[in-house]
Amino acid sequence: MQLTLGPVLFNWEAPVWRDFYFRIADEAPVDVVAVGEVVCSKRLPFFAEHLPVVVERLAQAGKTVLLSSLQLVTLERERRQTAGLAQSEDFLVEANDISCLHHLAGRPHAIGPFVNVYNEATAAFLASRGARRICLPPELPLSSIAAIAKGVPDVDVEVFAFGRAPLAISARCYHARLHKLTKDNCRFVCDRDPDGLPVETLDGEPFLAMNGVQTLAHACTNLLAEAVDLASAGVRALRLSPQRCDMAAVARLFRDVLEGRREAEPASADLARLYPGAPLANGFLHARPGAERVAMEEATAFVVQGMGRRAAPPAAG
Amino acid sequence: MELVCPAGTPAALEVAVDAGADAVYCGFRDETNARNFPGLNFSREEMAAGIAYAHQRGARVLVAINTFPRAGALALWHRAVDDAVAAGADALILADAGLLAYAAEYHPHQRLHVSVQAAAANPDAIGFYVEAFGVKRVVLPRVLTVPEVAAITRAVPCETEVFVFGGLCVMAEGRCSLSSYATGQSPNMHGVCSPASHVAYREARGRLVSRLGNFTINAFAKGESAAYPTLCKGRFATRDGAGYLFEEPVSLDAAALLPGLAAAGVTALKIEGRQRGRAYIEGVVRAFRKALAALAAGRPIEGAGLGALTEGQSTTTGAYRKVWR
Repeated sequence: MQLTLGPVLFNWEAPVWRDFYFRIADEAPVDVVAVGEVVCSKRLPFFAEHLPVVVERLAQAGKTVLLSSLQLVTLERERRQTAGLAQSEDFLVEANDISCLHHLAGRPHAIGPFVNVYNEATAAFLASRGARRICLPPELPLSSIAAIAKGVPDVDVEVFAFGRAPLAISARCYHARLHKLTKDNCRFVCDRDPDGLPVETLDGEPFLAMNGVQTLAHACTNLLAEAVDLASAGVRALRLSPQRCDMAAVARLFRDVLEGRREAEPASADLARLYPGAPLANGFLHARPGAERVAMEEATAFVVQGMGRRAAPPAAG
Repeated sequence: MELVCPAGTPAALEVAVDAGADAVYCGFRDETNARNFPGLNFSREEMAAGIAYAHQRGARVLVAINTFPRAGALALWHRAVDDAVAAGADALILADAGLLAYAAEYHPHQRLHVSVQAAAANPDAIGFYVEAFGVKRVVLPRVLTVPEVAAITRAVPCETEVFVFGGLCVMAEGRCSLSSYATGQSPNMHGVCSPASHVAYREARGRLVSRLGNFTINAFAKGESAAYPTLCKGRFATRDGAGYLFEEPVSLDAAALLPGLAAAGVTALKIEGRQRGRAYIEGVVRAFRKALAALAAGRPIEGAGLGALTEGQSTTTGAYRKVWR
């Protein structure tokens, strides 16, 4: 099983962004690293100057580098940027929008979690056009993941396994709206929330996280308990999505569990200590509300059941 | 411009056709379409009869099969495509690339439209669908301004269709898992958003609280009208302020923008609301017929004047005007 570090989804200061990747290159036991601006095209100029040196450092450290494309492309500038990225020959491009695929047809590429791959037919179609890796949408249940992995044995199928799950993208910037600014003159207020701005219900219950034009889960995905069984289901990579915590240590925990050095349960307790700001959740994988955390024994039982032909949801716990 | 109207039931289809719809869109009674609500949609027989009714009166029927097929259960979606073709559908509205590939391969003469759920928001994405599957029309996502709609329409080798009235996604359609985060049920997989089965209301401290799954979506003071708890149109709180952080409970009304959309070269105008009753369908279709007649005669267009028919009883022009920028 490979570990992939997903792209930073938040607006981090450029030097912080650069140093984060330097440390990943030096310390994190991940095989693949996706870099690039996925959420808002206005952020890219800030770290663009650091991109070449970051990519080089990662490659020198033996990481496979993916160049991630923008998720929502509407402006001419964004079209040109996406088309330019797709011309890259040195590294595999990870397409996060169909418009990027338009430029990649016939060349090997990766599919990011923002392209809708919900079934084996779509995965096979994309593979026929050159997709070599597919990171599936975070809301997919295990039964779907297993069927897709079985349907495209030549593709590296990847699952979102750690971090706040991205839930929605919009043409409207919610950070700007909240601060009564326009999107075109946003003053980059999203940089005040490098881990997402907590959105609570009117009861004061944490619910979502705001990140400019993107909305994420408040809960942090944790698939440590399912990692080994995902491997048996044909999944070849787990995606760890950067949050403001020790991501090298997060990667080591996943590596330890995958290689049998640690049990999932104590490792999950360690994970909760590494990222104390949000509860851990795995509901999506178990065909339950994504915000839920399915208990460890139930999670394991479900995985075994999910391998069969009929993937019944778990009994409500 | 062609007026494309919703029909959640055979009765609604007849009302829409009689009120002047050029085309009606509808779906089968299962999870293959994005309005998979109890008591809605068409059996195979109803679909054939509805198509016959429309064709006799010069209207077309577009069959929406626009959820993303469940892995390991593709047959249900394939059958929907086959049956819609057999029933004489004028076009299929599809979102999933795998299903588009199936339809293009097995029904090469069938007219295909790209659903708004496919989130084809620029000429490159639309070009992909045209080249790969020979689609004839794309329904544009509600994330674009009118000038952007015009630029796209000029640039693409197919027709464009835009929403002009009804429920409004503030998130890019087909790319939203908010509903499944709270309820386990999503538009992409189950054809529902913020489903009624997961909605509950309760009184707390003199206020009516609406909940979706385990989360409070809104709270209303006495006398305040309680909007349906669609997740993205709820009231929430942050350290920097509280309120309708994503969107207010409003509906789209782009009637006033029809001249701009006509000048943009848009082929078809779409009305949302397959879950709505006959009075809504009839009122909205007649209002837009009137607006199109005014447009053709060079008279000024008033707003559709349909505030009372909209879900939040107030309207917006959404992303079409540049206010989102």
